[in-house]
Amino acid sequence: MATEAHTEEGSALVFHPLDQFIVKPLFGDGPVQWYTPTNVTLWMALAVLAIVALFVIGTRGRAIVPTRVQSVAEVMYGFVYKMIEDVTGHDGVKYFPYIMTLFLFILFGNFLGLLPKSFTTTSHIAVTAVLGFGVFFVVTAIGFIKHGFHFLGLFWMSDAPLILRPIIAIIEVISYFVRPVSHSIRLAGNIMAGHAVIKVFAGFAAIAAISPVSVAAITAIYGLEVLVAFIQAYVFTILTCVYLKDALHPGH
Amino acid sequence: MEIAAAAAMGKFIGAGLAAIGSGAAAIGVGNVAGNFLAGALRNPSAAGGQTATLFIGLAFAEALGIFAFLVALLLMFAV
Amino acid sequence: MSTETTATDAAHGAAQVSACVNEHGSAIGMPQLCADWMPNQVFWLIVTLVVIFLVLSRIALPRIGAVLAERRGTITNDLAAAEELKQKAVEAEKAYNDALAAAKLEANKIVADARAAIQKELDAATATADAQISAKAAESEARISEIRAGAMEAVTEVAKDTAKELVAALGGKADARAVTSAVTARLKG
Repeated sequence: MATEAHTEEGSALVFHPLDQFIVKPLFGDGPVQWYTPTNVTLWMALAVLAIVALFVIGTRGRAIVPTRVQSVAEVMYGFVYKMIEDVTGHDGVKYFPYIMTLFLFILFGNFLGLLPKSFTTTSHIAVTAVLGFGVFFVVTAIGFIKHGFHFLGLFWMSDAPLILRPIIAIIEVISYFVRPVSHSIRLAGNIMAGHAVIKVFAGFAAIAAISPVSVAAITAIYGLEVLVAFIQAYVFTILTCVYLKDALHPGH
Repeated sequence: MEIAAAAAMGKFIGAGLAAIGSGAAAIGVGNVAGNFLAGALRNPSAAGGQTATLFIGLAFAEALGIFAFLVALLLMFAV
Repeated sequence: MSTETTATDAAHGAAQVSACVNEHGSAIGMPQLCADWMPNQVFWLIVTLVVIFLVLSRIALPRIGAVLAERRGTITNDLAAAEELKQKAVEAEKAYNDALAAAKLEANKIVADARAAIQKELDAATATADAQISAKAAESEARISEIRAGAMEAVTEVAKDTAKELVAALGGKADARAVTSAVTARLKG
């Protein structure tokens, strides 16, 4: 209903803050099948290309004294590696390629989404839900494989008073199952909110009197979004590490 | 028609109320960052190791604001 | 409300390719919740993740890990080499200091020797000079006493002669022995 109101006015304020998230086929106007190459495909492919450019072509020289691109790749490597080592301990290091994949996909999805006219793959709940639930299932599976039914001790606080333990266990179980939801909604919501806010300010720019304010606000929000793009990738990764730590060491 | 109009009005009022949650989340985020800063100034040597905790706390506080924003968006565009 | 819109959209028919986009190309509701697009996104996401994972785990991460390990090795080696060089420098400085101390000692010894030699020469020269001087002094003294003795004799002679002459001139006959004894007595007095 709101969209109808926009299109009818036409002259003054035009808000389409959510149109940037529409999935379109790349070729033609046909329906979107599961295999159709769409703008999702395009921007994910660009993320892959950027990662390949940075991590494969950039490190081609294997230089002891790194070039600029290679040192960026090394800094990212060291950043994620250290994060995993700090949070999960030494036995989490073997999951490093998986976590690095998540981190780089989200980071490049967020940053490529900040380009004008681009499509932000990580703003879609369908995408982040796959990431979040994937982490959830994998981590739960690791917990059960490593510890069997002792893994359920994660919910049973043995240092709490006996009467409170069932209640705490219920709360812990609920919070455990809310994890993937909040994990995925947080990322998609942050990115979507930022982009929608930019679009709303862009809509205000149509009014001459407030357009300078509007442009300044867009600039400020854009700066914030650059920060958010990194922080959300960081937060998603570090929460993955925290969940992994719970699975590897459920006792503490 | 009366009911439809009332429903439309309620939807927007609900969206506005849900947006209050974003402000509440802003207070929460400010609390987290402020307390971290206060602690960090008291014991700067321990602050470096707690940046991860800071970001996790910020993320949790902010996520609830994002949920409120999402509810507002759902009311506006999806209901 | 949205059911109403979808109903009207469905009425549009041919122009409508998706239930989530109206005839103006604007979104109906939230695009994130459009079930038509989800299989597509999930499919391409999984393809992307698999590609990124393969690229990272097969090529990029081992390569960066190897480079970092190699660099760490190089740095460790360099540090060891630097430590060794530093050790060498310390040793060289020690040797230099030792040599310096030895040279100083040597120099002091040479100076002392030279001083002793000069002192010896000086002493010898002084002794020779002293001997010469004392010899000369003795000689001079001997000569002086000789001269004095000679002079005394001469004075006695002259006094005797003078007295004899005086006595003769006065017309007396001088008794040589008496004159001599008188002069001698006078000279002694």
